[in-house]
Amino acid sequence: MPIFIDRRLNPKDRSLANRQRFLKRAREELKQNVRDEIRSRRIAEVDAEHTLPIPKKGTGEPNFDDAKNSGRRERILVGNKQFAEGDLIPKRGQGGFGSSTPGDTASEDDFRFVLSREEFLDLFFEDLELPDLVKLSLKEIVAFKPRRAGFTQSGAPTNINVGRTMRNSYGRRIALKRPKREDIETIEQELAFLQVQPPSEAIIQRIAALSEELERLERRRRKIAYVDPVDIRFNRFEPQPLPNANAVMFCLMDVSGSMGEREKDLAKRFFVLLHLFLQRRYKRTEIVFIRHTHEAHEVDEETFFYSTQSGGTVVSTALEEMHHIIAKRYPVSEWNIYAAQASDGDNFFSDSERCIALLDGELMRLCQYFAYIEIIDERESEIFGATENGTSLWQAYSKVAGRWPNFQMSRIAKAANIYPVFRKLFTKQPTIGKST
Amino acid sequence: MPASKARLLFSGSDWDFKKLSQVYEAIEEIAVEELQLDVYPTQLEIISSEQMLDAYASVGMPLMYRHWSFGKHFLYQELLYRKGGRGLAYELVINSNPCIVYLMEENTMALQALVTAHAALGHNHFFKNNHLFRQWTDAAMILSYLDFAKDYVARCEERHGLAAVEEILDAAHALKEQGVFRYQRPPKLSSEQQRKGLRERLEYEERSYNDLWRTLPASRGSSEDQNQAERKKKLNLPEENLLYFLEKNSPTLEPWQREIIRIVRVIAQYFYPQRQTQVMNEGCATFVHYTLMNMLFDRGRISEGALLEMLSNHSNVVFQPGFDDPRFSGINPYALGLDMMQDIKRIATEPTEEDRDWFPDIAGSGDWRRILLEAWADHRDESFIRQYLSPALIRKWRLFLLVDGADEPHYKVASIHNERGYEKIRSVLAHSYEVGANRPDIQVVDVDLLGDRHLRLQHEVRNGVLLEDKSRDDTLRHIRRLWGYEVSLASVDAETGATIADRATSQIAG
Repeated sequence: MPIFIDRRLNPKDRSLANRQRFLKRAREELKQNVRDEIRSRRIAEVDAEHTLPIPKKGTGEPNFDDAKNSGRRERILVGNKQFAEGDLIPKRGQGGFGSSTPGDTASEDDFRFVLSREEFLDLFFEDLELPDLVKLSLKEIVAFKPRRAGFTQSGAPTNINVGRTMRNSYGRRIALKRPKREDIETIEQELAFLQVQPPSEAIIQRIAALSEELERLERRRRKIAYVDPVDIRFNRFEPQPLPNANAVMFCLMDVSGSMGEREKDLAKRFFVLLHLFLQRRYKRTEIVFIRHTHEAHEVDEETFFYSTQSGGTVVSTALEEMHHIIAKRYPVSEWNIYAAQASDGDNFFSDSERCIALLDGELMRLCQYFAYIEIIDERESEIFGATENGTSLWQAYSKVAGRWPNFQMSRIAKAANIYPVFRKLFTKQPTIGKST
Repeated sequence: MPASKARLLFSGSDWDFKKLSQVYEAIEEIAVEELQLDVYPTQLEIISSEQMLDAYASVGMPLMYRHWSFGKHFLYQELLYRKGGRGLAYELVINSNPCIVYLMEENTMALQALVTAHAALGHNHFFKNNHLFRQWTDAAMILSYLDFAKDYVARCEERHGLAAVEEILDAAHALKEQGVFRYQRPPKLSSEQQRKGLRERLEYEERSYNDLWRTLPASRGSSEDQNQAERKKKLNLPEENLLYFLEKNSPTLEPWQREIIRIVRVIAQYFYPQRQTQVMNEGCATFVHYTLMNMLFDRGRISEGALLEMLSNHSNVVFQPGFDDPRFSGINPYALGLDMMQDIKRIATEPTEEDRDWFPDIAGSGDWRRILLEAWADHRDESFIRQYLSPALIRKWRLFLLVDGADEPHYKVASIHNERGYEKIRSVLAHSYEVGANRPDIQVVDVDLLGDRHLRLQHEVRNGVLLEDKSRDDTLRHIRRLWGYEVSLASVDAETGATIADRATSQIAG
């Protein structure tokens, strides 16, 4: 008699610890993969599971191994068809016949594995050097509030819906013809009446018939329960995300020739971060992409990041376009409006004045938050660091920032500089609904 | 035959524990009666596919210490499985006492019966009776040892940090191949109690040892040669088990690091017999399940449908594509093992003239059971093939020998399945199953303990096959980490004795 052990219910994920160790080891390479992934993904898709190639660097397991291209080997093979002793077979390229181990030869792309949302965000945040508290608030799913949503057949006793249960019970009793109390009482009364009458053949027969009927009815009542488990209904609650509000995020970017790959890449991460934040806070987020040179257009994400356009730089066109779109599609009463602008700071001098006017006049009143980043060279970052002088746009925006507390601006040269722009945003407690 | 015995053991494809138990008993009865198998008690464990993947990733063991490389292997296996590129094994068996057999929950009842016969009886008998396993592994001890290893590594991680433990494990894993005794029987696994005492003593020595207390005067006047000979003798050089040497002699390791190396070494040693007996082990199990299932069918205990299902699985397992088939990936040990064992049965019962020439001892003896039982007990792949591969089988498989010189533009067909080729093919095939001969031969040859503590390794180059540069350098770096001082590896041609290359860790960047 063998011993049986059923292990199916043992805790799963026995290899989870090993997986974490592996990810930790391959962190640097994974981070690079995450960067590539963010570059190629849509902003709204960042917040999900991702499939990445399995990292190779730092995860090699070396041992002493024969060099494949040296020496002389003998091999026995199967299934000779036409070869005779002494035949020579020309070598086809390298490698020869069969016998390759999968892990070694298959190209890197063949092996991709799924990184969970948490793991992915961890790596993304690491680059941005976010404070821990912020990481936590970004990763956390919004709080849920239970909302009544119909009835269910299972649940906690406290949630029993008595009305619905009794209605079901009543229907079932009618359908199964459960004898009523009154019917039984009528028979009992008649029996009692007959039993005090002088006995006669007819009466005795009637009593026997009635007793039998009474017993049948009683049995039936016992069989068909008054309230059966199938009748019971519970109130059903559905968790509903708490901040039940809409947000729209405007991504504004200068796409004139001076914005190169590096600049766009930084800008994209800036947008992604804001989007992650909004997704936590609001039930529904929409993104509007506005790119501009000397004129502005609303475009889709693909065009926004990848197509280039030549022309001068007039920033106010983008602000006007944004204003226009808000007026048309996003009434302030229903939408929280966030704007993120990325630029290299070039602008016509006269236009900067116009930008100030636009922001002061309308836009800043409409926007919950306006974040501006100016992407500069790493070399420049030391010169410009904290000084107030800079490009004309920077100087103009500095004035706006002084007047409006919800306007934030920063010069960034690398990914780690992005976060400070949002610092203020993240320190705020989650606002529910629209603040006025 | 009693009426109760003629009943079907099961019908339909669903299994439950009662059926599994009945099937096991019926199979075991026939196995003992008809094949005279002798097995450890069996423990059948039902697992899910995910748990099977887990087991794959930790080299098939139910317990294992933690290491990132297992996580990496898990990801590979999971991918292959998810993409449908590879199915999972139906079973996994562990050489332990009691013998643990994992059965997948997805298997149908017929498949469970097949797997039970294959693993719980075939493999189990082989583990219990083959001399390699009897001499080299402690089936009864392995699980408790792994339990200890897992705990010990975890405790070291707590105490010394993950990175420090990982560093030692990485280095030790790189030397797994060089961490086994090939010829000498390894010391028995001592009980946990003993290990603990030993560890404490080592730690005490480490604390209290002080070179200043050395009072013996150094011997004078001995010549350099004599010195070297003495040193080598003292250290038991040359030594093929690098991990053992480093564990015992490294001047820099702390006791816990030595213990971790020992753990890796013990596990590598435990698996060594399995690597030497792939064809035999799988052949034995396949022969047993094939024979038992047919016997069960003949006795009316399983239905035709069940037998067909088993045969369909069986033929998948023993499928051997030809060398020019895209599916070809070397010789299938299941197929070769089964065919050789069935061939032995044929030779014993219906020999041809040729068989009588080649196998005068067994041809026509009729007692194929005894011959197989002896073969299973006494041989490993190399000796089994050398002794029992028959010309008939070489013709059936159409084996041929291909010679591949790295600097020649052609492969050369050296022998085919004809009178002149049989001996050569048999000998080369047998040799290709000699694990020791197919891995680079690397030994510790000398160490300068009083001077700069330079550790010298030697690679014996056979047939001009050199080491792959990058992995060699990486591995040397790992050895240096364990040794703590300069390490060099000389490649010496086995025939001429000339030194072909010499690589030292100081030459390796990074």
